[in-house]
Parts: sequence; C-alpha cells; structure tokens
Amino acid sequence: MNTQNPRQVYGETLLELGRENKNIVVLEADLSKSTMTCLFEKEFPGRFFEMGIGEANMTSFAGGLSLTGKIAFTNSFAVFAAGRAFDQIRQGVGIPKLNVKIVGSSAGLSDFGDGSTHQSVEDLAIMRAVPNMTVLVPMDGIETRKMTRAITEHQGPVYMRLNRNELPDLFPEDQEFKIGESYLIRDGNDVVVFANGIMVSKAVKVAETLEKDDISVRVVNVSSLKPINEDAIKAFASGVKGIVTAEEHSLIGGLADIITYILRGKGIKIETIGIDDKFGTSAHNYDELLEKYGLTERDILSAIGKIIT
Amino acid sequence: MKPTIAELEKIARTLRLNIITMIGVGQKGHLGGSCSLAEIVTALYFYKMDHDPQNPQWEDRDRFLLSKGHAALVQYAALAEFGYFPKKEIEKVKCLDAMLQGHPDMQTTPGIEANTGSLGQGLSIAAGMAAGLRLDGKKSKVYCIVGDGEIAEGQIWEAALAASYYQLDNLVAILDKNGLQATGPIKDRYDTNPLAEKWKAFGWHVTEVDGHKLQEIIKALDDMDKIKGQPKMIIASTVKGRGVAFAEHVAAFHNGQLTEEQFEQACAGLL
Repeated sequence: MNTQNPRQVYGETLLELGRENKNIVVLEADLSKSTMTCLFEKEFPGRFFEMGIGEANMTSFAGGLSLTGKIAFTNSFAVFAAGRAFDQIRQGVGIPKLNVKIVGSSAGLSDFGDGSTHQSVEDLAIMRAVPNMTVLVPMDGIETRKMTRAITEHQGPVYMRLNRNELPDLFPEDQEFKIGESYLIRDGNDVVVFANGIMVSKAVKVAETLEKDDISVRVVNVSSLKPINEDAIKAFASGVKGIVTAEEHSLIGGLADIITYILRGKGIKIETIGIDDKFGTSAHNYDELLEKYGLTERDILSAIGKIIT
Repeated sequence: MKPTIAELEKIARTLRLNIITMIGVGQKGHLGGSCSLAEIVTALYFYKMDHDPQNPQWEDRDRFLLSKGHAALVQYAALAEFGYFPKKEIEKVKCLDAMLQGHPDMQTTPGIEANTGSLGQGLSIAAGMAAGLRLDGKKSKVYCIVGDGEIAEGQIWEAALAASYYQLDNLVAILDKNGLQATGPIKDRYDTNPLAEKWKAFGWHVTEVDGHKLQEIIKALDDMDKIKGQPKMIIASTVKGRGVAFAEHVAAFHNGQLTEEQFEQACAGLL
C-alpha cells in the first residue's frame, strides 16, 4: 500500500495553494524544515514570515494579517501551536472569528523521541473548547491534501492536527472532503469503529483480520471533530452490536467524548481507546509508545471482542 | 482642513465627558487609563488618521488599535463623536448584549479594528496588520496604544522584535506612561522603566512627549512620517485620571465607581 507523510503533503499543498492564491501567507516558529513550510518559503519569501521561537506573537500577528484580507497559516508542533498560544487563539482569533489556520504538526505521540514536552495529548480538547473553532484531524496524505484545500476555502478559524510519520493512503481519491462530515472507509454490520488520524488504518487492518472469522466491522473516519454531523454519526452507529472509538489523544475531550455524547441515551455498548489521562514519554520508536499507551491493532481487536462476546 | 489646537482641546474635554457619562454612577469603569489618553486619541482620530465613519471598512484607512483594551471608553468616546454609531449607544455601554462591550469588540462595534483586552496582544496584531498592508502596497498606517503596566507582558517584546526585524515603518506605537498599574505606582509595584532605552535597544525609533499637550503630540505624529525603515514609538507621559481632579494619580480609579456627588463633580470640572 502506498504511504505518504502528511506534513510533506501539507507543505506541497500549501505551495500549490500559494501559487493559486496570493492572499495566502504562512507564519512559522523556527520549525519550517519539520512542518515543511520550507517549501512555501523557498518560492514565496515575501509571503512567508519567520517569527522566531515566539508562538504567541506569531498567532496574534497572523490575526493582524488576516484583518488585511490574508489567509494566514500558523505553524508549529501541535503542543505549541495550540498550547503555547492558547490565549492568543482564544482572545484574538476565536472571539473575532479571524481567518487564521492553526496547523499543529508532529501531533499526538508522533514526535516519539522528544517526550512529554513535545507530545500533544490534549490539543484537540483545548481547541474544541474554543467557540467558533473548527477542529480537524486527517487520516492520511490524501485527506491531508483535500483538507488543506478545504480549510483555505473556509472562512474562519481552523485547527488542523498533523502526524509526523508516514501513513498508508486509504482515503478515497475520488471522495470530496467536506468540513463536518465523517467518512465510511470500510463497511460492516457487527461493530462500528469510529476513529481518526493514525487509528483509522489500524482499525481497517483489524477489520480485514476479523473478516476471516466472519466478524464484520464498519470503520468510520471522524476527521471533523467540530463541527460534526451528528445525524450521520447516529446513522453510522445504527444496526450494530456496539461501537468502539479509537484516537491518539487523551480520552478527555476528544473523539470518545464526542461519540459518547452524540449517542447518549441510545443504550449502545461503547468501548473507548485513547490515552488515559497521562502525558507522553520518550521512546526510540513510535510503535513502542503506541504499545505502551494502548493504541495498537491488538487493543482495537480486544475492544471489539468485549462488544461481540 | 485640520482643526486648531483650541478645537482639539475642546474635543478632548468632550471625550472625557463621554467617558464620565459611560461610567455613570455606581458602576465600575476604567476611568484612569481612559482619561489619560483623551488628548492622544483626539490627536489620532481628529487630526492625524485618514478614516471614514460612513465606511468603517474603507480599505485605505489608517488603523487604530488599543492594545490596553481596558481603556475602551476613550475609543468609544471618539467613535461616538465621529458618528461611527448613534451617540445613544454610550448610555448602554456594558449592558447585556450592548454594542459597546467591556473591552473592544470588532464583531459588535463599527470602527473597532481588533479584539483586545487580554493584555500584551494588540501590538502583535497591529504589527501583523502593518505587514499585511505593506504586502498590498498600501500607504495606510497602523497606530497602537500600549500601557506602561501592560508592557510587563512578554508578548509585547516578541512584537517589538518582530516589528523591528520586519522594519515595519508603517507602525506607530504610543506608550501611555501614566505611572500607575491597577494596584499602585508602577515604580513600586513592578517597575517597567527605563522605557526609551528598552525600545531603542529593540530597534525602534523613539520620541518622548507630554501626553496632554496636543501641540507636542501632533508634532510627534507628523515627525514619525519622516522616519523610514523602522517601527516608531512615542512615549507619552500622562496623568492617570487626567481632567477629573479627585481621580488624578489615584490607582483606585483604574477601575473604580463614582458616587453621585463624584459624578456631578467630574462633569462640572469638565464643562
């Protein structure tokens, strides 16, 4: 299966968009070679703003640029883009609904070596809590490209979370991405797994394995955390024995909260996979961390097992 | 035609009366830091800036941001005089769902350019605006008022670095050096002095004025147009509560309330 790196795809798409629209400006906090905004910088140095290691100023400055009609993309690791600049996002972007796109790179545990200070386990929770904010998590390179284009068209603040590592391409090339919608990646009728980010491809692998045992698993990619089409989630959740949520994020304030809230009162069995109110830690590779925090195919399998037995 | 100094002085008194009207009796209001800015805001709106109350979004306008957003009353006072909104709105300031919020809100109030109030952020927004206007080849200038208490916020110095690095000579900041923060004199509480040396070290062109002398203020504003290649800072020495005798230099009127007697006294002193 083809794999792509979401941040590489993001950097290339931003460059394409920069060629199409002169109002796009890009701000960076000294991580351009990691977030891949270096591609935009090289071709459009006049519309690229290196803001030094100053995420707070970068975010407010982006707000000022947007007030002159620019579409401003701010970039850093997710933990800093959302966390370090939280008040600037809340006060100066969220309240006045400015056209600022906050792109949180190396999100979740994907910056495995750098440890808890650089791993974002709560970025989606804090961004979701900001009124007027759109919150998105692409599952692969294909969706990253479509999403980057969609947020450019969208008027208003957006937080988009990107993984650092290669991910398998699963989002259908001919499927349009629309903010607020969830996407059926694989159909099934025993259990539905609502997942996003890296957990989608893991859920698909589990579904393929279980097919041999005549267990049919539906996998839905919930890449729009906010807004979210609640009726579509209810429809996806109908006719199955239970549901599993799977996310590379704290169980507080992310996908588990969203899905259990939408399906409240329906008496559906729900298992949740996510990070159990803990910070990250350093590891020599990503898989070690995913194992430690219970974010593997085996964890999804075990959650499905609890529902069907 | 530009107004005379006498006319501008009269407008500044009117702004103070509007501020006192908005504070009224028995409600808290940021009297001190609003009154310290009456001449500066008068000079900007009534003398220096190109702007159009009939078309607040006119794209070639000069921009004014109050980074010390708690002094919103002085900006509302000026906008009301200019007809950005009906003057009766000032009687409803801070009422539930009022156009005039406790801090400047561009979503509700014509003429407000940004949401400020969480201190330390307005100068960054102003710098971003200045950069955007320059990208578009506009001649517009961005004016931004910061407070001497506010500059304890680290983000002010991030903005100072950025404006200097990007040589934003269409950005003019004015520092309201009124010497008082909410809990007392800045020199005793958390001294942000010396000021001019700091801004110069950050690469800004700095000049100092008496913030209540309109002649000095407008000269400084005009002089700033001639400086190229760097952002500009006017450090304005002011008196917190200026024009309201019993509130001058009194930290309690940072965000205090007036008794009926004080209200009458304040109005009488300004008429």
